[in-house]
Amino acid sequence: MSHGPSAAGGSLVAAPADHAHEPHVPVFTGARRQELDMILGRYPTKMAALLPALWILQEERGWVSEGGMAEVAGVLGLTPAYVKGVVTFYTMYHQHPVGKYFVQVCTTTPCNVCGAEDVVKAFLQHTRCGELGLTSPDGRFTVIEVECLGACGFATPVMINSDFLESVTADTVPDVLAELR
Amino acid sequence: MGYPHKPHARESVVLSEHFGSAEARTLAGWRKRGGYQALEKALGMAPADIVSVVKDSGLRGRGGAGFPTGLKWSYMKPGDGKPHYLCCNADESEPGTFKDREIMRWTPHALVEGCALGAYAIGAETAYVYIRGEFTEPLQQMNAAVQEAYASGILGANAMGTGKRLDVHVHKGAGAYICGEETALMNSLEGKRGNPRIKPPFPAVSGVFGMPTTINNVETLVAAVEVVKRGAAWYKGFGRPDNPKSTGTKLYSVCGNVARPGNYEVPMGFPFRDFLHELCGGPLPGRKFKAVIPGGASVPIQTMEEAEATLMDYEGFVAGGTMLGSGGVIVFDDQQNMVKQIARLARFFAHESCAQCTQCREGTAWTTKIMERIRDGHGTYEDLDTLLDIGEQMTGKTICVLSDSCAVPVASGIRKFRHEFEALIPKKQGTAFVAAAVA
Ligand SMILES: Cc1cc2nc3c(=O)[nH]c(=O)nc-3n(C[C@H](O)[C@H](O)[C@H](O)COP(=O)(O)O)c2cc1C
Ligand code: SF4
Ligand code: FES
Repeated sequence: MSHGPSAAGGSLVAAPADHAHEPHVPVFTGARRQELDMILGRYPTKMAALLPALWILQEERGWVSEGGMAEVAGVLGLTPAYVKGVVTFYTMYHQHPVGKYFVQVCTTTPCNVCGAEDVVKAFLQHTRCGELGLTSPDGRFTVIEVECLGACGFATPVMINSDFLESVTADTVPDVLAELR
Repeated sequence: MGYPHKPHARESVVLSEHFGSAEARTLAGWRKRGGYQALEKALGMAPADIVSVVKDSGLRGRGGAGFPTGLKWSYMKPGDGKPHYLCCNADESEPGTFKDREIMRWTPHALVEGCALGAYAIGAETAYVYIRGEFTEPLQQMNAAVQEAYASGILGANAMGTGKRLDVHVHKGAGAYICGEETALMNSLEGKRGNPRIKPPFPAVSGVFGMPTTINNVETLVAAVEVVKRGAAWYKGFGRPDNPKSTGTKLYSVCGNVARPGNYEVPMGFPFRDFLHELCGGPLPGRKFKAVIPGGASVPIQTMEEAEATLMDYEGFVAGGTMLGSGGVIVFDDQQNMVKQIARLARFFAHESCAQCTQCREGTAWTTKIMERIRDGHGTYEDLDTLLDIGEQMTGKTICVLSDSCAVPVASGIRKFRHEFEALIPKKQGTAFVAAAVA
């Protein structure tokens, strides 16, 4: 049973800013290039580094743009179309810029029976997003529902960017958001 | 970050013994607790002898299917001149299941050890741990443990000074329940869309990168460490004497409407009634248990009467009309509407279908549509028959069993909680339909 604080895990990390613009600096240079080379050493094929390379891209840019996909395709010897086909299969790569804080609330059955829908409503209200998937007028928040986060005993788990919060209730949502301001 | 509960007196903590101890996460702390003794022992044995011990122990896969682990390992033919691979399935996305997460959060070295040991036993030099992308903390813990293991020479070109090569690599998923299916996981690892593959060929013949591969769940691999360390006879000592087919301890995740949710480890054959009422603390104050899904969202729903008469092992759950599955126990109380919750499960499966197979792609979407229509008060009696019909069309006809899994809660729900469905169907429409059918 969880007695942990609801929003533990230290300070919340903001996603990299300025993701509306296509940067001019290539992603895979310097330390990031070295990181990719190390990853490539772990697999017998270059293609196997695709998911890790896309993670590096998203960490750097905040989202996975067409231009970014082309860069990944270039370093791994794949076509941009192939990369896009893979990107669209997975839910965690953002194909559009998202709010500075990307909020994912689990509403699958185990969390649902513990009141997860009220947690979603509270987030939509307090962030002023209004609707799922829309970014708040101040550009700070995007709230979505997500399927089982694998933490069902700590209902309701919420991911904000890469921070994983547990046992969030509708009542604690304002406190969670206050930590972000 | 949630902390685990103190073990209940009736738990048999083997895998979860060190949950909650920050020190056990470090290499030094893990060694102090007997860590890496099993690997050292294993590296001094012939791989075939390790496989024999695991076979003898009766250990079965903890990822959902319950396939005997030693037998699976024995399919890997040594000396075939090909690279072999071990994949550890840490995609844990089955609703209700969060045990592998806790293993990786609290005892990451146990899994590193399990991966190295398993790899050696199947003639592999490389193990990949495929961890779902949402598991930020388990990823962090596992990466740190792997790094420590390399730095101290446990892994690498000269693993534990034996001259043998053993590599363990952490691979981060990117959001897709289906990547927990073993062949989808291999595709995803290869940098492809996570579509399940048609079998045969089976992974032991042609798995990841086209090479012989074994896939094991996190809990299976950490249990194998204990088996090698303490012996098959010791492991077989857990379980009911009249059922040698289920041995050892099992880590169950408990969630939903229950007083003390969390992970509990009990021996095979433990009475489900005591588990729910004593260990998990029974229902929330003022409420009553109504139903339980004992093995993750893909197994049949039990009524409380059925559950309370069940013994918790592979055969016991089958006798109770359901399956042990992944050990994700989802509890529903009298405040829940089963139609609403089954509709939500259907939506989950529709969302997670990889859409390769028509029966699954169309069936999960159609089932969801009808379930939500009934939930919203616009259903008909005919809808119930249609749901059962679609379910049959979705079962046993697709590349993987996600399709079957969607049909399971719907069929068992209609069978066992029909009154809740009927209560939502407008009476006028119902009688009109009956009248029309009679006329
Ligand atoms: C749709 C689907 C999802 C699955 N998800 C998981 C999972 O998240 N983790 C897991 O260990 N096994 C999962 N499995 C089972 C695996 O395919 C496989 O049987 C298992 O990892 C084998 O390991 P074991 O023999 O140690 O249990 C899933 C199966 C299906 C059909
Ligand atoms: S059954 Fe569903 S999830 Fe499985 S391969 Fe077919 S479409 Fe994909
Ligand atoms: S259902 Fe919400 S974390 Fe599993």
